[in-house]
Amino acid sequence: MQQLGVAEPMRECEYSQISTRSSTPMETPYKKRTPKKRKWQAFPGRNKFYCNGRIMMARQTGVFYLTLVLILITSGLFFTFDCPFLSVQLTPAIPVIGGVLFVFVLGTLFRTSFSDPGVLPRATPDEAADLERQIDVANGSSSGYRPPPRTKEVVINGQTVKLKYCFTCKIFRPPRASHCSLCDNCVERFDHHCPWVGNCVGKRNYRFFYMFILSLSFLTIFIFAFVITHVILRSHRQGFLNALKDTPASVLEVVVCFFSVWSIVGLSGFHTYLISSNQTTNEDIKGSWSSKRGKDNYNPYSHGNIFTNCCAALCGPLPPSLIDRRGFVQSDTPLPTPPTNGITMYGSTQSQSHMAAATPLMQSEPVILTDEASLPGRTSLGGPCSGALPLGGQPTPPTSTPNLSCDNGMLPLRNDHSEALHHHHTDGVHHHFLTPEEAPSPPGMLPCGSPLGHSHTIQGFYNPASQDSLHEDSVRGLVKLSSV
Amino acid sequence: MATEFHNLQELRHSASLANKVFLQRDYSEGTTCRFQTKFPSELESRIERPLFEDTVKRLNIYYAEAEKMGGQSYLEGCLACATAYLIFLCMETRYEKVLKKIGGYIQEQNEKIYAPRGLLITDPIERGMRVIEISIYEDRGSSGSCSGSSSTSGSSAR
Repeated sequence: MQQLGVAEPMRECEYSQISTRSSTPMETPYKKRTPKKRKWQAFPGRNKFYCNGRIMMARQTGVFYLTLVLILITSGLFFTFDCPFLSVQLTPAIPVIGGVLFVFVLGTLFRTSFSDPGVLPRATPDEAADLERQIDVANGSSSGYRPPPRTKEVVINGQTVKLKYCFTCKIFRPPRASHCSLCDNCVERFDHHCPWVGNCVGKRNYRFFYMFILSLSFLTIFIFAFVITHVILRSHRQGFLNALKDTPASVLEVVVCFFSVWSIVGLSGFHTYLISSNQTTNEDIKGSWSSKRGKDNYNPYSHGNIFTNCCAALCGPLPPSLIDRRGFVQSDTPLPTPPTNGITMYGSTQSQSHMAAATPLMQSEPVILTDEASLPGRTSLGGPCSGALPLGGQPTPPTSTPNLSCDNGMLPLRNDHSEALHHHHTDGVHHHFLTPEEAPSPPGMLPCGSPLGHSHTIQGFYNPASQDSLHEDSVRGLVKLSSV
Repeated sequence: MATEFHNLQELRHSASLANKVFLQRDYSEGTTCRFQTKFPSELESRIERPLFEDTVKRLNIYYAEAEKMGGQSYLEGCLACATAYLIFLCMETRYEKVLKKIGGYIQEQNEKIYAPRGLLITDPIERGMRVIEISIYEDRGSSGSCSGSSSTSGSSAR
């Protein structure tokens, strides 16, 4: 009854449908014709999706295939050449255990590589506007060339933690989250980006990653030990060289296993330490919670004892994916559109009146929205933004270049605020550890570009081609990790 | 139930969106999901404070329940690991079950309390668990203050 009472006066006033739906009448018939897109097709990060959104990986997957091939070939050779001999001479349990380990390794590898690491979806335009408003209020609306850095301080269990603002995702990153520049996503509880697994390692797949390296250590040691046993048993009968001639595959297996054992077992040990102290690779590298920083510095996330920390990391509740990649794009859901030629555009279909009420930062958006005839944001960028880009680009002072790069975190060359450390394990297991880039002062409102052009300029320097080559350089130029 | 939902849709499509309020996460207890219970000033004229705080506190309780690390969640984790996580093809995790409960709770709150006041809560899962988004609607034919009176006059007419 009450609801009907509310509905009637609204109906009498004849509300137009324009306010909360897509803007022009022209748009609606077009939208009816296009098939519904799934959210992964409109995903703004640099991820690759397979199987209609079920599988999610990073862009560079070459090293993942190498990992897979190495595991398959070594295990295949083991089962084909060594197991028949060993199962007869020793026990048939050997291939069985080997098989179980092999299946477990592959299972955890696929689970790590294909699942969502805990990507945080980017802020909707309304959220971003609201945050901008709050930041402006906090910092005072005067903006010189260097407004103060966008950070928020939070006290967690007695420790002061700084939350940084991510310019790409337009959110304040939760504690322990970090922006992966390779995947261009903010990831919760970001550990590192692992090229060997072809994905980031974050909150949702850390346990699978750990299981993978642990089981792979066991598998490697298992194969190594039994191949050596095989060769030794054969050489008792035939002599060493003859034995090698009979089983040439064993040589290859021993070589691969020997070089892998050091790095993988070392890595497992390192991550066991991280799990038991409830730290991420990031935090450990930066020494965030080390006592060297100060007497009162401690890890606020640790549960106190090793057992609880391990249980929490490995057996705790698994949060669901926040990005809903197989869901359908709703026409009234504001979604940030995927980058086209390095320009990120927010294609919102929210009401125009709301846009007008938004902060100056978003003022140019209604202009662009009305130009949108078809695909959200893609084709309409030509007009208003190309005008803004060169204008916005030129007056950017050179000092703000580090700030631009820190937006994407892509350039490892930044000296003052760069925290991208690269670690290279002794024998070729590289993990591209990307620590969260500090967010230094953002470039202020550029004088001539529109505020939207300002964000475009940041993204406009994001050139996929050069970024890829830079990433390759940074992956190649890794520093040896001596501690492991 | 059907008529109530029908009117929620009508609210969304026929009223005009005036403003959105975002309740941010409260990280003072770590990374577990909790939202700030601070009452936003924009809602002062629209809803009573205890009702609002009650909703947010309830949501916080539900999220804490989802992320609770106790015997049941450990058991679930170990069982899942033992079955190579294939068990999740058949059953849903406790977290997902609680999220469904939260979705139902938000729907119910919207229908009973918020929609009659011209407000709408968006489930945080649709915003990446970052914010609770509360949309404030107002009637096009009248100003914000009148929308409250039109709803009360409508209800008094009944």
